[in-house]
Amino acid sequence: MADGWLKVATEVDGAVRLQAGGHWDARNVTRLDQHLRGLQPTNGAAVILDLAQVERLDTAGAWLLYRTRRQVRARGGQADYAGLTPAHEAMLDQVAANDRPVEMEPPRQPALLAVLGRVGDGTVDVMIEARQQIGFLGLLLVTLAGTLRHPRRLRLVPLVYHMEKVGFNALPIVGLISFLIGVVLAYQGAAQLQRFGAEIFVVNLIAVSVLREIAILLTAIVVAGRSGSAFTAEIGSMVVNEEVDAMRTLGLDPMEVLVLPRVLALVLTLPLLAFFADMMGLFGGMLMCWGVLEISPALFLERLQDAVSPWSFWVGIIKAPFFAFLIAMVGCLEGLRVTRSAESVGQQTTRSVVTGIFLVIVVDAMFSIFFAAVGV
Amino acid sequence: MAEPQDPIIRVRGLRTQFGDQVVHQDLDLDVRGGEILGIVGGSGTGKSVLLRTIIGLNRPAAGRIEVFGKDLAAVTPAERLAVEQRWGVLFQDGALFSSLTVAQNIEVPMKEHLDMPARLRDEIAALKIAMVGLPPEAGSKYPSELSGGMRKRAGLARSLALDPDLIFLDEPTSGLDPIGAANFDQLIRRLQINLGLTVFMVTHDLDSLHAICDRIALLAEKHILVIGRMADMLRHEHPWVHEYFHGPRARAARPNNEEAGG
Repeated sequence: MADGWLKVATEVDGAVRLQAGGHWDARNVTRLDQHLRGLQPTNGAAVILDLAQVERLDTAGAWLLYRTRRQVRARGGQADYAGLTPAHEAMLDQVAANDRPVEMEPPRQPALLAVLGRVGDGTVDVMIEARQQIGFLGLLLVTLAGTLRHPRRLRLVPLVYHMEKVGFNALPIVGLISFLIGVVLAYQGAAQLQRFGAEIFVVNLIAVSVLREIAILLTAIVVAGRSGSAFTAEIGSMVVNEEVDAMRTLGLDPMEVLVLPRVLALVLTLPLLAFFADMMGLFGGMLMCWGVLEISPALFLERLQDAVSPWSFWVGIIKAPFFAFLIAMVGCLEGLRVTRSAESVGQQTTRSVVTGIFLVIVVDAMFSIFFAAVGV
Repeated sequence: MAEPQDPIIRVRGLRTQFGDQVVHQDLDLDVRGGEILGIVGGSGTGKSVLLRTIIGLNRPAAGRIEVFGKDLAAVTPAERLAVEQRWGVLFQDGALFSSLTVAQNIEVPMKEHLDMPARLRDEIAALKIAMVGLPPEAGSKYPSELSGGMRKRAGLARSLALDPDLIFLDEPTSGLDPIGAANFDQLIRRLQINLGLTVFMVTHDLDSLHAICDRIALLAEKHILVIGRMADMLRHEHPWVHEYFHGPRARAARPNNEEAGG
């Protein structure tokens, strides 16, 4: 690739001649810029910018020449172009005409202030979000009540579609995870209980922990990651695409069309998923007991009936619709909060998953206290 | 450097298809150095697909595309990069990176391809922002804070960042108000004269075609049906061409002095 070059010569009358030649274009300006910046300022001597040997001049190259002339003139010196072709002149004029200050960066704050500002923004944001969640909860309940009064307004096809997507399609991953957790619990529990010769209580350990807490909690977390995020991304992309606005102008209520089918789908399927997770968790534990502790499946099942009351099972299942409601609500709300940029979809999706899981665990803790209080 | 006679873009026997649907068949096209070529055609005739195919975003099913005398299907990655640095592309809505400010968007290609000190980069980016007619405060804004017209201008500034020899514009004036569109036309014309650019422009805008295009290529029936100056288009007898250039909107757009040609 051709180079651009710069020669500095002093004329007889003391003027400095900067002779430019070759390709003064974007590929060469870095070097030429260093060369020009390295030059000593002339002490009042006239500067001649000689372009006679420039073969190619683009805006970047023209900028350097123009800037040099401007700098010399700003110091009170004299500077002029020489050897201009009409094309070069047009280019230099173009650059000169567009030399004006441009704001390049958003104004910056001092670091301490910025930190305080971010903490403040974050706090306000959490408050706003909490308020929006409560408002959205109300709106959702009103919509739900309206649909209950006029059941024909319920959109059945989307409901079934979402039930398949969030429920049926989640079976393999939820099943596998619960199975493995059952295996792990049995194995770890056995290692501890064997020291007391109480291997048989592994069954109690597995049954109570899987049925009451682990299966439903794991399922909720998997579903929050899988479906909560999908709700946010789907609705968020529709917001970016102005589809949600289009819906409103067509007299369709996004709450009814987008949110309600998703929420109901999850509320209906999460208990079923939780039941499946219960079974897979117990199955995993049973296999492990058989393999490692030589507790036969028949013995395991017999023990199981002693260990758990129906309430242990119902405690887990009762929580499922509540978790589902929270996950779906947060997922849809965060989707609707997307602003019109690609980045925002990502941000809200992350937020949807984090908030969803957080709320699930908070509510789970509240349930534990409640069940302890009522004694089941 | 290509000789002035050599076309900057030479397309021969191009066929593009998506599945069974053939978009272009035996398409030939030459774009001469220093001209503004307008590509017109009905909706769905594959104007944007042609643009995307030439810049390498679509793979042609058959045919040969040469840009700056290089066959783009046969070049090494390094050669391809060299070609890519000599062209700029303006997508329909600007396609600015939404996580970067306008100034940062313009600096992306400079940062990536040229080893420029930050100060010089800022100076040149500021120059480009002014050159495309964006207000001074636009440099620090994010794309989501800009109007559609400003996003297009910012996209143009980014496509001009490396001072390319060739720019591709995909419907540069669509979605702009008439004043904005006319300004944009003038801007493209001015840049083309002052920077010696070759412009490949997909457009629907009859005003743009009249105002700034040196030649017009009409895409229909899967190939370039006719290519030539505006006067040639007005004389052409193909019914669709006639309809396009003599329809009510075309008559409204046509400046009076061209009336004699029709």
